[in-house]
Amino acid sequence: MLEILLNHYPVLLEGLATTLVVSLSAIALGLVLGVLLAFGLTSRHGLVRWPCGLYRSFWRGTPILLQLLLVYYLLPEVGIEIAPISAAILTLTLNTAAFQSEIFRSGISHIPAGQIEAARMAGISSWQTRRRIIMPQVFRLTLPPLTNEIITILKNSSLISVIAVTELMRVSEQIASRTFQPLETYLAAALLYLAVNLVLALLSAHLERRMTGGLATD
Amino acid sequence: MFDITLLWEVRGLILQGFWNTLWICFTGCLLALSLGLVLAALRLANPRLFGYPVACYVELCRGTPLLILLFLLYYGGPSIGLTLSASVAGVMGLGLYGAGYFAEIYRGGFKSIPKGQLEAARMLGISRWHALTHIQIPQMARLIVPPGTNQLIILVKESALISIISVDDLTKNATTIVNQTFQVIEPYLAVALLYWLMIELIARGGYALEKRLANRQPRPASQQGATPHAHG
Repeated sequence: MLEILLNHYPVLLEGLATTLVVSLSAIALGLVLGVLLAFGLTSRHGLVRWPCGLYRSFWRGTPILLQLLLVYYLLPEVGIEIAPISAAILTLTLNTAAFQSEIFRSGISHIPAGQIEAARMAGISSWQTRRRIIMPQVFRLTLPPLTNEIITILKNSSLISVIAVTELMRVSEQIASRTFQPLETYLAAALLYLAVNLVLALLSAHLERRMTGGLATD
Repeated sequence: MFDITLLWEVRGLILQGFWNTLWICFTGCLLALSLGLVLAALRLANPRLFGYPVACYVELCRGTPLLILLFLLYYGGPSIGLTLSASVAGVMGLGLYGAGYFAEIYRGGFKSIPKGQLEAARMLGISRWHALTHIQIPQMARLIVPPGTNQLIILVKESALISIISVDDLTKNATTIVNQTFQVIEPYLAVALLYWLMIELIARGGYALEKRLANRQPRPASQQGATPHAHG
């Protein structure tokens, strides 16, 4: 295992870099979409709530591999040529947005209604209330489940190797077939995934400790 | 645009895939549930000896993709004399991966039962075994049903990955149909609906079980937001 790591570290690290770029862009884009969806899910209008709920149900209820294949093969059918890496980022974004929207929705429901009523009394617009009052608290409340979601996406990014994106998993497959040492190679890859995820978990725990103050309670 | 007759023509492949996904998920989940229970029991019975190894195992499952585990079993296995068929590797992969998560779910349920209850039971002369079967397990069962259901759903969805190690499951057969008919939407959407159906059934089952358990037992004190002194 160590031998594989030492002999092939440049390609492995390159693969890891692709894994990180794809996952982190999907997380960031999914965050924006997820927040918007969460507003949709908590909307007063049924016409907004219902389609958001259907979206969430589909993307959370089907395997991500199937979603990836659907996006990758469907887009060219309707005349959109898309590179594998873009299809990968798009699928992971659409998937994580659904999961993040549910995390944010639950966070929003924990904000005391009195705060929102007080903001309305004080003449603060509903958009300003969301931006300045609700969301800063929601991000703090939802940090632990958000970290879990980031780790899940990092792990799920391994299956984009199926559509020939040369990330960590695919690089390992190539090394395994060249060296005939699948056991050692995949153990090395597992170690790299584990290391990244442990760093993420530690980072999140550190952030959480630093942000304990400033939360309004009922 | 949606051609339903096409699906009728390939029903054999879809049903075969559905059957394979069903039995592999079922045995994989069963393995995960029981192995997880063993891990959690070992950890609780002797934290000094088993605490650290089990915690490491849990972290390993949480931190590495299932796909890596499947590749290790299927492609890496033979080099240590472990030659598995693709579907057995699939079952073992799902079982070993899920066990790490279930061990943590069981432990969480066990830990959330207030210690005072056990102390009270001992005071009343209730045996350790009796306390376990009549006080701890019934309450724990109710607490672990929601996260357990969640985890089962995750495993069913993750089972699509076994198509990558060439098991003829729903996902693999859908891709086969796509390659044969050059139609993308019908096979993938039909298969997505079947996954959705399985997941919806598990979710409803979990919800029904949770309700049944809730009706039978008083709520544990920890769920009422009570202080340590307020239950009894």
